[in-house]
Amino acid sequence: MQTRTMSAPTQAAARIQPGQALAIADGVHWVGALDPDLRTFDIVLATANGTTYNSYVVRGERGVAVIDTVKAAFAPEFFRRLESVCRYDEIRAIVLNHLEPDHSGALPELMQRAPEAHVYLSSRAPMMFKALLKATDITPAAFTLVQTGSRLDLGGRTLAFYQTPFLHWPDTQCTYVPELGLLFSGDVFGCHFCDDRLFNDKVGDFRFSFEYYYAHIMRPFRQHVLAALDLLEPLALTLIAPAHGPVLRQNPRHYLARYRQLAAGRLDEQMVGEKTLLIFYLSAYGATRMMAEAIATGAEAETGVRVSLYDLEVGDVSPFIDLIETADGIVIGSPTLNGDAAKPVWELLASLHTIHVRGKLGAAFGSYGWSGEAVAMMEDRLKGLRLHVPFEGLRLKLVPTEEELAQCQELGRKLAHHLVTPPGELCAAAA
Amino acid sequence: MPKAKVTFADIGITLTVPAGTRLIEVSERVGAAITYGCREGECGTCLTQVLAGAEHLADPSVLEDQVLKNMFAPRGHRLACQAQVLDGEVVVKPA
Ligand code: FES
Ligand SMILES: [Fe+2]
Ligand SMILES: [Fe+2]
Repeated sequence: MQTRTMSAPTQAAARIQPGQALAIADGVHWVGALDPDLRTFDIVLATANGTTYNSYVVRGERGVAVIDTVKAAFAPEFFRRLESVCRYDEIRAIVLNHLEPDHSGALPELMQRAPEAHVYLSSRAPMMFKALLKATDITPAAFTLVQTGSRLDLGGRTLAFYQTPFLHWPDTQCTYVPELGLLFSGDVFGCHFCDDRLFNDKVGDFRFSFEYYYAHIMRPFRQHVLAALDLLEPLALTLIAPAHGPVLRQNPRHYLARYRQLAAGRLDEQMVGEKTLLIFYLSAYGATRMMAEAIATGAEAETGVRVSLYDLEVGDVSPFIDLIETADGIVIGSPTLNGDAAKPVWELLASLHTIHVRGKLGAAFGSYGWSGEAVAMMEDRLKGLRLHVPFEGLRLKLVPTEEELAQCQELGRKLAHHLVTPPGELCAAAA
Repeated sequence: MPKAKVTFADIGITLTVPAGTRLIEVSERVGAAITYGCREGECGTCLTQVLAGAEHLADPSVLEDQVLKNMFAPRGHRLACQAQVLDGEVVVKPA
């Protein structure tokens, strides 16, 4: 009987109210801002129903900590919410998990309003911090650099710091409250999704936003995601409070597991002990295709390398991006058309910044009629993306001869051999 | 030509390089997680921890020293786009 009035799950979701903070845990409040009208974030990210800039207040026996702030335009909203749960002279610590302007916009003003507060930043952040304050008259003197293992005792509430560099900038870190199993995760596990019911079990379906955010913000830093997961997975977690989108209180571990799945790469398990070489081509009259097939034949002669051949003429390049993410080497072929490589090739090359490609093996090839610029252009792009391009690309005029096809086979063989040679030996050979 | 050994501890790969090689010249080739920004010793993105053999790296330039100071980098940290391996054995990992 008496439990009926209290039972939370059947209650209508509490909604964020103007000027009011929302409690998310014992002594912890959300004091962020809603930005429901935003449709494009950082110029390139579509945000179908806006986003939130999440800021939080943690109250300990010896003072209050503010975790992150909001985008500058939302500062008034943020300060009203903040004032609903604490006085400025109670604020002892301001923690910035990430200094990008969507989280640091209100920081200079907060530092002025709470002059007693000390700023805590990742040890990777001070140069950005100074850059952020250089247009203000605040002297960035009172700040402490923290790293994994650093802790701050607020009295009954501890802030433990975990560096998670490159998720999404070099300065990113997470802040954990062990007493509550609460992780303030910054951009990590966040998404652009605006819903004033705030909690993941109350808001609308935001799965696509979560996936989209991972794909655009985290995916290029796959290795760093895996390192961060190694760091965060051992923590006891009852609540994840990211810097954007819903607060994750129902099954928070699910989101770590999902990151692990996404970062692990789909093909990895099937490819144990094998190197993968992907050959992409476009062909106008069949010549570039003949070259592609000869390169594949050459590469297949090497054991331990699985070679795949794809015609880019099918259009949509996005499935290929998934394949490239877990491949060891890529070879791209295009004829030269009006002094340029063909459009689908550029679409493929333009999408590669969304995944981690640094250090993969790369090469280019193509047939041409009267000018053959495409190969060098593709090579430049591969090098610009920091692929390793040790072998000069192959350009052949019109229809390849037997001898020229043998050259293609030789290129394929060299590429495959390069893949199965331990890096130590390669560098020694080059020395 | 004099040689040196570099180990990238995060991926467990050791390789032999000619004296004078900068870490940036080999770290990406072997897939180590050291990440670069400006590649010119200005942004501090490539901050790297030297776990062993710091004495086998060429001394930092004035610019590198300044950037490390600005970043409050702890002892034993270098910029991978700048640090040159001279001899001996050096072990590094991303900071
Ligand atoms: S990459 Fe900018 S300092 Fe090394
Ligand atoms: Fe960010
Ligand atoms: Fe953000």
